[in-house]
Amino acid sequence: MNEGSNGYLLEATDVSKQYGAVVALRSASLQVRPGEVHALMGANGAGKSTLVKILTGGVRPDSGVIRVRGAERKVHSPAEARRGGLVSVYQEPALIPDLDIGSNLRLTKTPIEPFRHWIHALGMDDLDQTRMARDLPLASLRIIDLARALAIEPDVLMLDEITAALPADLTESVLEVVNGLRGGERSTVFISHRMTEIASVCDRATVLREGKTVGVVDVGDNRSADRIVELMLGEIADDVAEMAEHPASSHREESERPRLEMRNLAADARLRDVSLEVHPGEVVGVVALEGQGQDELFDILSGSERRAAGELLVNGQQVDFRHPADAIRKGIVFVPADRAEALLMQRPVRDNIALPFSAPLRRWGHIRARQERPKVDNAIDRLQIDIRAQREVRFLSGGNQQKVTIARWVATGLETMLCFDPTRGIDIRTKHQIYPLLRELAASGAAVLLYTSELSEIQLACDRAIVIFGGKVVAEIAASDADETTLLRAAHNLSSDAPLPEEVVAVSVSDDSGAGDGGTSRQ
Amino acid sequence: MTTTLDTPTKSTGSPGVTLSLLVRRNTWTLGLVGILALLLVITRMIQPNYGPAGIQGLAISVLPLALAAVAQTCAVLARGIDLSIGSMMALTSVVSATLMEERSEGFAVVVVIGVLVLGLALGAINGALIVFTRVPDIVVTLAMLFVWAGAALLVLNTPGGGSAAWLRRLTLGPVFIDWVPKAAVLLAVVVAVFWIPIRRSRLGLSLYAVGSDPLAAFRSGVSVTGTKIFSYVLAGLFSALGGLSLTATTGIGTPVPGPYTLMSVAAVVLGGVSLAGGTGGVLGPVIAVVILSLLRTDMTFLNVDTNLATVVQGLILVGVVMVGSLIQMRRRET
Amino acid sequence: MNVAEAMTTGPRWLTASGIRSIFRDRPMVPLLGLLAILVVVSEVIRPGPISLNWAGVMIRAAVPLAILAGCQTLTMLTAGIDLSVGAVASMSGFLVATLVGDLGLPMAIVIALVVSAVVGFVNGVGAGVFRVHPLIMTLGMSLVVLGLANVWQLLRVQTGSGVPIEFRQLGANIEFGFLPVSLLLFVPLALIIMYILNRTGFGRLLYAIGDNEVASRLSGAKSWQVLTVLYVISAVLAGIAGFLFSGLTNVASVTLANSALLPSVAAAVIGGTSIFGGRGNYSGTMIGALILTVISSILSSLGYPEAVRQILFGSLIVFVAAAYTRITGEAGT
Repeated sequence: MNEGSNGYLLEATDVSKQYGAVVALRSASLQVRPGEVHALMGANGAGKSTLVKILTGGVRPDSGVIRVRGAERKVHSPAEARRGGLVSVYQEPALIPDLDIGSNLRLTKTPIEPFRHWIHALGMDDLDQTRMARDLPLASLRIIDLARALAIEPDVLMLDEITAALPADLTESVLEVVNGLRGGERSTVFISHRMTEIASVCDRATVLREGKTVGVVDVGDNRSADRIVELMLGEIADDVAEMAEHPASSHREESERPRLEMRNLAADARLRDVSLEVHPGEVVGVVALEGQGQDELFDILSGSERRAAGELLVNGQQVDFRHPADAIRKGIVFVPADRAEALLMQRPVRDNIALPFSAPLRRWGHIRARQERPKVDNAIDRLQIDIRAQREVRFLSGGNQQKVTIARWVATGLETMLCFDPTRGIDIRTKHQIYPLLRELAASGAAVLLYTSELSEIQLACDRAIVIFGGKVVAEIAASDADETTLLRAAHNLSSDAPLPEEVVAVSVSDDSGAGDGGTSRQ
Repeated sequence: MTTTLDTPTKSTGSPGVTLSLLVRRNTWTLGLVGILALLLVITRMIQPNYGPAGIQGLAISVLPLALAAVAQTCAVLARGIDLSIGSMMALTSVVSATLMEERSEGFAVVVVIGVLVLGLALGAINGALIVFTRVPDIVVTLAMLFVWAGAALLVLNTPGGGSAAWLRRLTLGPVFIDWVPKAAVLLAVVVAVFWIPIRRSRLGLSLYAVGSDPLAAFRSGVSVTGTKIFSYVLAGLFSALGGLSLTATTGIGTPVPGPYTLMSVAAVVLGGVSLAGGTGGVLGPVIAVVILSLLRTDMTFLNVDTNLATVVQGLILVGVVMVGSLIQMRRRET
Repeated sequence: MNVAEAMTTGPRWLTASGIRSIFRDRPMVPLLGLLAILVVVSEVIRPGPISLNWAGVMIRAAVPLAILAGCQTLTMLTAGIDLSVGAVASMSGFLVATLVGDLGLPMAIVIALVVSAVVGFVNGVGAGVFRVHPLIMTLGMSLVVLGLANVWQLLRVQTGSGVPIEFRQLGANIEFGFLPVSLLLFVPLALIIMYILNRTGFGRLLYAIGDNEVASRLSGAKSWQVLTVLYVISAVLAGIAGFLFSGLTNVASVTLANSALLPSVAAAVIGGTSIFGGRGNYSGTMIGALILTVISSILSSLGYPEAVRQILFGSLIVFVAAAYTRITGEAGT
């Protein structure tokens, strides 16, 4: 094994990782040359963060070989990774909240002079090391984390969305510093959603999709953005294309008042100002990159969190939810993305489905099996859930588990359904059982709000798509215009940013008619 | 905003800045000191001749409790809890009493060292079980509470044994002036020798790190399992010191655990240490112990029945824990 | 393992994973097996033919323990625990003994149970509303109860134990040589507990909250309500167990049942109730109580002191909890 045999500084091959039934990475690979800034891209859930965690010892892979300068290295803990020259800066800064900055630096044995140098380069000259990490804003913590990583001069520095939630001036400094690392002896892996940044600092980009590496693109020519988008979306499978020929039809009656109405809803730091209406009979899709406020939005609507500002109306009446029970009483039900949050893993399917029946105080007595059973059976049938074994739900496949979550509400009865990424990590067949179900529910009078990271679903299941970026609604696109490319560009807020190649017609935010023809032709 | 980057362990600039920083960081502890001062005044009012003798008595009863509180603090800082502290104290107390009975004074030194090692071992066993069986710390230490208590009973099934004279002299009586009890000085010395160096070291930082945010600690290269085991080893060490102090102050070993475990938890919460770990120090819990003991004394002066006093103490403990929990919940929401 | 696999492999219980799945899916089997082994061991140690009378004595001793273990099972299902049951049981028996002379038996019983319920209510509020860890909350309350009981003892100077004859008959008598009278009380109680766990919405919520509190919340369950009621039930059960304890020993003391606390936890754990919540049932717990009673009896026949029992039970809890953790593949934080 000669050092740098292929000339790569870092080479990861055949990396796989599975969490139970969910496959995060499948034979992914990454090759980074010395001195380059290498982008790592992919849609939500494509596996970028998992790969970085594996490379820096945060997570153990199921398989995979990691080579640094040609020599194989075992990276089983962050300390080991650091020794191997692999360091990452995560989105959540690895600073201990209850220690002051100075102690944090001591904890990681950060060399002082280099740290100072980088803090200065990043434009944060007024750092008071006696302050508790807990008291500093996220942006400052990120910078400190970054300076700390730079100070030990790792061979490969991995930055996971380093510019997310950073103010413009700090973003500029960070990008300058990253740019400055180019051409040296060390390399940087750069995860970001922001095409403009990638274009300005990166040399090449590896694209992941559904856990696999699907391509490596040379950043630099002006077709690269489109090429990357193409790779991220991949080929639409045949059956999906087939379904596209029978697109969703909307039964919405214009005169009906909205079931759910949000006015200037805000919460936390990430949800700024969202106004939105959902009518009975329609399926509204929400599209957004990770962390744009959609989690907070759904938490507020489902009653899990309280809103900080704005109004929420159900059937025209203002409501104030303090507990999911309040929302459920108003007919609003929630299907979360993480099945681990929604399901009682050690309990059988029927208990999971019947859970809301027993929740209210008046139902604590004898379980009326005769009343319950038909509803539960009906839901199981309707969703075609496979319950051959009356065993614990955790033994079901991911798809079946998700169906159980939905079946629960079908059995209980619902007026409004909130689905958060219901098809994440689920097999195709099950996905195609879920889409028509959502349409059915809408057709029978429910209002459905669906957040999905699978852009192809929008046209299959929704009447229209709302795009959220930076905590606000930036676009509303009719289903007929909501092809994946359009949605992805809108989600990146690309329309206002990047200079577009001639063939692509811009999708403007305020133009409702949209112009999704032309551009990268998709079949 | 103060200026830039001095070496991390030094705080910046003028003494004025340092002082105000200290005050800001330690408001809870200062509040406790205030309450203690108030309580002393009240005690004096209730019992006008509360003097050096009273302080003596207070110090002697506080010593083992304070060591138990320090032991608990070590475990709680790293986001754990140790319910077997009372039993470890009992075990080390009877072992030391049995071994020291009718032996030479010199041998007693060996015994002391041996018992301290025993404490380390007990703590290591607790920590290892918790980390490697993945059973929650509450369950493991609850079970070990009974194991160590049973072991103590096996060594001595009734109070007995003896204590070396020099050990007794170390804790009883005043030093220099009448008002300063040896027990208090001993407590201060023990804490200074064992706790402060650790607190200052990277190991001490790891304790806080793991308690504050285990994931961030892990990503910062801290060995989370090693640190957790270490926190229980420390708890064992201070429990052994507590057991030795029991033998020293009473002259015998007592196999019955006594209320130390629960008092240590309440002292920790009252002392400003969050049960979720990561914040606080040993000073707060120690002062809290003094406050609780003084309260007890005051109730005796007021002729409140001892059992009622126990009830009041129990209610205070429960109340304190409930309020502490509430504060923690609020903190998590912000 | 599906049907096809089962048909093509050998006796499934012989493989390591087969043994695992037996422990997981049919926990009663190994428990009954263990009980049988212990009975045999006990026979070997004690000379003489197997007697039904011995069985009666065992069951009689196990009944009050089984009730306390039921409290633990109920609370452990929600990932909690109730360490005040010993103190509450003692206090309850003591209250009746000291009140029966003046107020008559029915009134004394009612007062004892009401006081128990109040204690349980405080526990429930602490655990459910203030989110104090149940272990600490109930531990603290046990101290309070003990103190209050002591105070009560001082106020009622009479030293006569006054355990009512009815309790003695209920707790100590054995009919037909092997059927303890306490079964008359215990069997309905056990049926009620099992009914609650298996057939009521409340029981369903217990399992749900213990399994996944977040999911329960998202389904509309308010855990503070459930927990408050739960700890009241637990305390009332402990109060009832207290009657049996005082009847069995003909002693009324404020610390009578404290030594039953550890075994109550051990019995629940051995019986398959998971410390982490969401898993367990009462039938296993009852067998667990029997197992522990037989172990105690073996230990005392062998002349081992109480201390050994403590060490053994403590180690057993750790061992069994660790084993169940491995087998079910869960882990704590």
